[in-house]
Amino acid sequence: MLALVALVALPPLLPKYHLEVLISIVFWAYLGIAWNILGGYAGQFSFGHAAYFGIGAYASTLLLLRAGLSPWLGMVLGGALAAAFGLFQGYLSFRYGLKGPYFSLVTLAFAEMLRVVAVNTKAVGSSLGLVVPTTQEAARLFIFAGKLPYYYIILVMGALALALTWKIERSRLGFSLAAVRENEDAAETAGVDALGTKLRAMALSSFLTALGGTFYAQYFAYIDPTITFGPSVSIGALLPAIVGGAGTVLGPVLGSFVLTPLSELTRSALRGRAGADIMLYGAVLVLVISFLPQGIMGFVRERRMRGRA
Amino acid sequence: MTWGLLLQAVVSGLLLGGVYGLVACGLSLIFGVLRIINFAHGAVMMLAMYATYWLFVLAGVDPYLSIVLTAPLFFLLGAVIQKVVIEPNRAAAEHNQLLLTLGLALFFENLALVLWQGDFRTVKVWYSGASFMMGDALVEVPRLVASGGAVLMALGLFAFLRLTDVGKALRALAEEPEGAALVGINVARIRAASFGLGSACVAVAGALITPFFYVAPDVAESFNIMAFVVVVLGGMGSFLGALAGGFIVGLAESLGAAFLPGSLKLLVVFLIFVLVLLFRPQGLFGGARGR
Repeated sequence: MLALVALVALPPLLPKYHLEVLISIVFWAYLGIAWNILGGYAGQFSFGHAAYFGIGAYASTLLLLRAGLSPWLGMVLGGALAAAFGLFQGYLSFRYGLKGPYFSLVTLAFAEMLRVVAVNTKAVGSSLGLVVPTTQEAARLFIFAGKLPYYYIILVMGALALALTWKIERSRLGFSLAAVRENEDAAETAGVDALGTKLRAMALSSFLTALGGTFYAQYFAYIDPTITFGPSVSIGALLPAIVGGAGTVLGPVLGSFVLTPLSELTRSALRGRAGADIMLYGAVLVLVISFLPQGIMGFVRERRMRGRA
Repeated sequence: MTWGLLLQAVVSGLLLGGVYGLVACGLSLIFGVLRIINFAHGAVMMLAMYATYWLFVLAGVDPYLSIVLTAPLFFLLGAVIQKVVIEPNRAAAEHNQLLLTLGLALFFENLALVLWQGDFRTVKVWYSGASFMMGDALVEVPRLVASGGAVLMALGLFAFLRLTDVGKALRALAEEPEGAALVGINVARIRAASFGLGSACVAVAGALITPFFYVAPDVAESFNIMAFVVVVLGGMGSFLGALAGGFIVGLAESLGAAFLPGSLKLLVVFLIFVLVLLFRPQGLFGGARGR
C-alpha cells in the first residue's frame, strides 16, 4: 500500500533521470505482466512477444502518419490486430499440438518473420523506421512535453493489467489456465476446453503487449524493425516474469523492480560498453533458474509455508 | 543469364549447406542425448570464431590448423557447461532448461560485445580470394573447403557414434536413458561428452568459415536460428537428417537470395521452419518417431 502511494505521489519530485528510470521500470513490468498471462498462467513460453509489440507500435504510428488517426484510437486498433495475429498463430500452434520448446521456437520464428518483412517494406519505413511527429504538445494525439504524463499513463496501464491478472487468477478462466498448465490431458478429461483456454490467454496477452508497443512509439517518438520486432523486446517481456515468479500476480512487477535498475546501473557504470547490461541479464537468468526456479515470489511463498509448518 | 544465376545460386547453396549441416549435427547430438534445445549453440560457435580470429591475429595460426586447438578446447567448454550449469538442473521443468541455455546465449553474446565491440572482423589469409569457374558458376575455394570439411567432420562423427564404445553409449543414452544407466553407463559423463561433442562441431564449423565470413557477436543469433531450422527440418535428434537439412536450407537461402530482393530470403527459411514444425514435427525424413 505504501509502495503504491509512493508510486503515485513521489514522481513529480524526482529529477529527470530518475523519472526516466522509473518509467522504464514500470514499462518493463507492464510487458512482463502481459507476457505472464500466456507464459506464466497458461504455461506457454513465448519467445516472440516482440511480434505483438511491433504490431501495436507500427499500427498506431502508421495510422497516425497516414490517416491522422489519434494514437489513442490506434492503440486499441493495434491491440485488436495483435490479438488477431496472436489467435491465428496460437490456433495453428495449439491445433497442431506444439508444446514447450516447440511453441517457443514458433513464436520466435513469427516475430523474426515480421521483422524481416518490416525491414524489406518501404511503405513502413524499412530499416530506417518511422518517426512520430512530436512538434507540439497534444494530449489528444498522445504527445506530451514532459516525461511525467507518460509516467502516469504507463502506471495506469500497469495497474489495470495487474488488476486484470488478479481478476483472472480468481475467475473460472484462472482455474482452467492452472489446470491446462499443470496437466493438459487431465484438464481435458475434466471437461476443460484446453484450446479455448490457451487461446483466451493468447488474445489477452498479445492485446496488452501491443498497447505497450504504442506507448513505446509515443514515448520515444521513434520505432524501427529491430527495436520493435527484435529479440530484445521478447526477452525483456519474459525476463521480469521469470525472475519475479511466473504465474503470480506480482511476480513481473517484482522482477522489473530488480532487473531494470540493475541494468541501468551497469549501463551507467560501464559507459560506452554496449551489451554489459544484457550480459548481466543472461547471468541473472542462469542464476535464477538454478537457485530460484520459481522466481522471487516462489521463494517467498516457500519460506512462508515452511514458517507455518 | 537466368540459368547462370540459377546455377550460381545452387552452387552457393550447396557450399553453404555443408556448414549448416555440421552446425545442426552438433545441435541435434545435444538434443538427442539431453532432450534440450540448446539456445546457446550459436553463441558457442561465435566464441569459437573469435578464438580462431585471435589465434590468427596474435599468433599467426592458420584458421584450418587452429582446429587442432579449438576443437578440444570447445569440447571442454561444452562439457563444463553441461556439468556446471545444466546437469544440476536436470530435474527442472523443460522450459526452465530452455531458459537456462537462453541465459547462457545472452551472456556469451554480450560478453563478446563487451570485450570486442560489435565491429565486423575478418581473417585475411592468402587463399581467401582463391576461386575457379565451374561452367558458369564461380566457386570460391575457402567455401568449398568449408563445406567439404564440414561434411567430412560430420561423417567422421557419425562413424564415431556407430563404431566406438563412447559413441555407442551416447546412442544408448539417446534411445533409452534408464536402460543405459542400468547397464552401467556413466550417464552424467556421457551427457557431458555429448554437449562437448556438439560444441566441438560448432568450433570446427566456426574455424572453417572464418576465412570468408565476418566475425562479430551477432553471428551467434543468425547461426543459432539457422541451426534450429535445419534440425527441425531434418528431424530433432537425427544426425544424417541434420546434414541433409543443412543442404536444403542452404539451397533455400541462396535461391531465395537470387530471386527475392533485400533480406527476404530469410522469410523463405522461416516459412519452411514454421510449416515443418506445424505439419511435420518429426522432420522431413523422420518416421513415426515424432513428438
